[in-house]
Amino acid sequence: MNGKGLSLVPKTDVKQSLKDFKSDQEVRWCPGCGDYAILAAVQSFLPELGLKRENIVFVSGIGCSSRFPYYLNTYGFHSIHGRAPAIATGLAASRPDLSVWVITGDGDALSIGGNHLIHALRRNVNLNILLFNNRIYGLTKGQYSPTSEVGKITKSTPMGSLDKPFNPISLAIGAEASFVARTIDSDRKHLQSVLREATAHRGTSLVEIYQNCNIFNDNAFEQLKDPEVRDDITVRLEHGQPIASASKAVVRAASGGLEVVARDSVSDDRILVHDAHNPDPSVAFALSRLDEPAFEHVPIGIFRQVSRPAYDTLMAEQLDEAATRTGAGDLSELLLGGDTWRIG
Amino acid sequence: MTKQVQQLDRVIIRFAGDSGDGMQLTGDRFTAGTAEFGNDLSTLPNFPAEIRAPAGTLPGVSSFQLHFADHDILTPGDAPNVLVAMNPAALKANLGDLPRGADIIANTDEFTKRNLQKVGYATSPLEDDSLSEWRVHAVPLTSLTVKALEDFDLSKKDAERSKNMFALGLLSWLYHRPTEHTIKFLEQKFAKKPDIAKANIAAFQAGWNFGETTEGFSVSYEVKPARLAPGVYRNISGNQALAYGLIAASVQSKLPLFLGSYPITPASDILHELSKHKRFGIRTFQAEDEIAGVGAALGAAFGGALGVTTTSGPGVALKAETVGLAVTTELPLIVVDVQRAGPSTGMPTKTEQTDLLMAMYGRNGESPVPIVAPMSPSDCFDAAIEAARIAVKYRTPVMLLSDGYLANGSEPWRLPEIADLPDISQEFTTAPNGEEGTFLPFKRDTETLARPWAIPGTPGLEHRIGGIEKADGTGNISYDPANHDLMVRTRAAKIAGIDVPDLEVDDPDGDARVLVIGWGSTYGPIAAAVRRIRKGGGKVAQTHLRHLNPLPANTGEILKRYDKVLLPEINLGQLALLLRARYLVDVISYNRVRGLPFKAEELAGVIQDVINSDQ
Repeated sequence: MNGKGLSLVPKTDVKQSLKDFKSDQEVRWCPGCGDYAILAAVQSFLPELGLKRENIVFVSGIGCSSRFPYYLNTYGFHSIHGRAPAIATGLAASRPDLSVWVITGDGDALSIGGNHLIHALRRNVNLNILLFNNRIYGLTKGQYSPTSEVGKITKSTPMGSLDKPFNPISLAIGAEASFVARTIDSDRKHLQSVLREATAHRGTSLVEIYQNCNIFNDNAFEQLKDPEVRDDITVRLEHGQPIASASKAVVRAASGGLEVVARDSVSDDRILVHDAHNPDPSVAFALSRLDEPAFEHVPIGIFRQVSRPAYDTLMAEQLDEAATRTGAGDLSELLLGGDTWRIG
Repeated sequence: MTKQVQQLDRVIIRFAGDSGDGMQLTGDRFTAGTAEFGNDLSTLPNFPAEIRAPAGTLPGVSSFQLHFADHDILTPGDAPNVLVAMNPAALKANLGDLPRGADIIANTDEFTKRNLQKVGYATSPLEDDSLSEWRVHAVPLTSLTVKALEDFDLSKKDAERSKNMFALGLLSWLYHRPTEHTIKFLEQKFAKKPDIAKANIAAFQAGWNFGETTEGFSVSYEVKPARLAPGVYRNISGNQALAYGLIAASVQSKLPLFLGSYPITPASDILHELSKHKRFGIRTFQAEDEIAGVGAALGAAFGGALGVTTTSGPGVALKAETVGLAVTTELPLIVVDVQRAGPSTGMPTKTEQTDLLMAMYGRNGESPVPIVAPMSPSDCFDAAIEAARIAVKYRTPVMLLSDGYLANGSEPWRLPEIADLPDISQEFTTAPNGEEGTFLPFKRDTETLARPWAIPGTPGLEHRIGGIEKADGTGNISYDPANHDLMVRTRAAKIAGIDVPDLEVDDPDGDARVLVIGWGSTYGPIAAAVRRIRKGGGKVAQTHLRHLNPLPANTGEILKRYDKVLLPEINLGQLALLLRARYLVDVISYNRVRGLPFKAEELAGVIQDVINSDQ
């Protein structure tokens, strides 16, 4: 929206290709994992940005998705469980010349690292957070995750999980996120279109990517990929466009929220026009709840994209202001600054 | 009336009152006047963690002790010569520390039936003869203050609040402290409320005049300025010195300082202080929790900053995992632990030395970190620079172990010459170090074993680091058994090989047979005790550790030189465990964990016992 996401990151004049972003490391996810598709999509997207490769950093936590940085020929930091947003915050806040990405999963971001995620979002640190949501714990071999549906039968929940899942989009909007989107691993075109907007956004962009774990939670998002039904349940969000598919439309409900109705039951002027730039987050939040309980009408696209100063900018401004007000720091002057006395 | 003036070489005053009575401020101001006057001094604030504990109760008592002298001193003193007791609780809580014959200045207005009952006095100790061993000055401080402020348009309650300034004025008269300073301070502090400023100044002056005119005080005291080494001095607390040390480390390393921190007593003041100095390019980040604080500092270090996190007590436990990540990714990081009484929340405002083994071993896996401990409030400045030097040179997290006593205590500090500060800068790696222009992020410097520090933005050196074991040289993920063994040993060797100066022993005649060794904040009390022993003709050698890991190379040789080695610690023998294990020397441990520093007299007794047992 503001198009300034990467304005401080130096550009290259060398033409880049996908190959430039492949590291020499063998990719080691399970055959058939959705992570391959996301990696390929990111590697083929990065050249489009035209950034100096050395100014790109991928930071991750722990989990299958968090191996991502090893496979990209940029700077990378594979950190510890849940803490990637915190580590990336320190990096991005002190280095506005870097394009900093956080690669995380539903367990990493929403369980152990939930606190760091919400605080990165509210601060609006200049980060692109890609949250791979496969609704299961993969690396620890198949326990339910904070996005698993209630009643999920797993090794740790043989009688079904009890806790209500997080909706990552609702959570992010509730945490004051300035950019929130959802996309799918298998739809490269859509994924890259969302990344394009996310990187152009200065501040934190949170992109939830539905990602298939074919070992522990196969076909979790099958309805969104099945040509028979996908057009029926996918609700595409495009700024300035009516939120409708061939068969369905989103309208304001009498209760004050939103509801999905049959497309042919309403006139065009009643269909909600998507406004991702709306400063009031309540409509975006309502959109994120459209799919409660699950997979009846799944909104895909950018829910919210509003402009607000990035944390590193504000921090740098305070430093500049302090230096302007009183001059650059002088150590000798600092030490002599209190009440001093001389002996001898 | 000309009053008698008596010369003293040193005085210990303790101001004690309710936590709302402004005792810390009163102590600070008396300290500032004393520093300005040129005495050597040492202070010990002691206050409850509760912001406002129930008024008039024993847990609510807050005190500030100040030791000042005409010679150099090492501790805030064992026993006060003067106790200012603003209420019965303050008297009761502190009387046990008061030697016979000491002066008690008691605020009689607060010795009401109700206040006496609150702390279990059946009758007023000011009126029965229970205080006959002390010199009691019963002064109605509150009502005198209210009377002095009659002409001000203040409520009685507001007027009463200035009673601490009345007390400060009285004590300033009693000990010939300069007054201009306090008046200027009050004008500045209440610049936006000139009426309050004037009232406080009036109360302060009334206190002074009361001392001058009343017959209750027939003698005043003079303590001549101390003959300290020539130089420019200021009074400084440990936390402030530590913050300044970090700023100096940033300047001397030419690295921008990034502090990631979460407020916790008694470390928060370092965050507050550094936040004031943004013009040095310092970024202070108040994180959502302790883990994010250290995480952000490590992230900034990856980007080429001098990453620092500050914490205490349970905060150290929360940071452990990230410190382990810094160990294995071999990035510079300074972890400041202002130790406090534990376990768990413990006693947040009380001091201890109980995190040594935590600093040493409190992480999963073999994850050695260097440990540096300052020995006095002003030494926190140099210790911070030393911690930064090691972190940057060896690419390692460093634990800097201050404690509550150093953090809040203060002493005069002779300012260093900036030109004398060490240059601790290191070059970032900017060129490939492998074959055919490749970059090996874990190819080490052969001397220091440090790996290259190549920061994002450096072309051609793109690389990945992380918490998984890395192959020697390339840094690629490796589960190879031999490689892991090599990397564990190499990381250990790197820390073990850090250049730390040899330990020096203070043994004036060179014939002592007992050595007393300490670390960190116990330096003052130990050195004061050693002086007492020597004054009495006893022989004792003293040495003090600043580097706890690695230990100075000559430590074992020194320990073995003496018949007996005594090690006082404010824990249950943590360094003793390390020294015994490492050097097989039968160190005699002396341990107290009362949340308070040692007293010199107490340690002198312990040292004497060891000397006697050696006869």
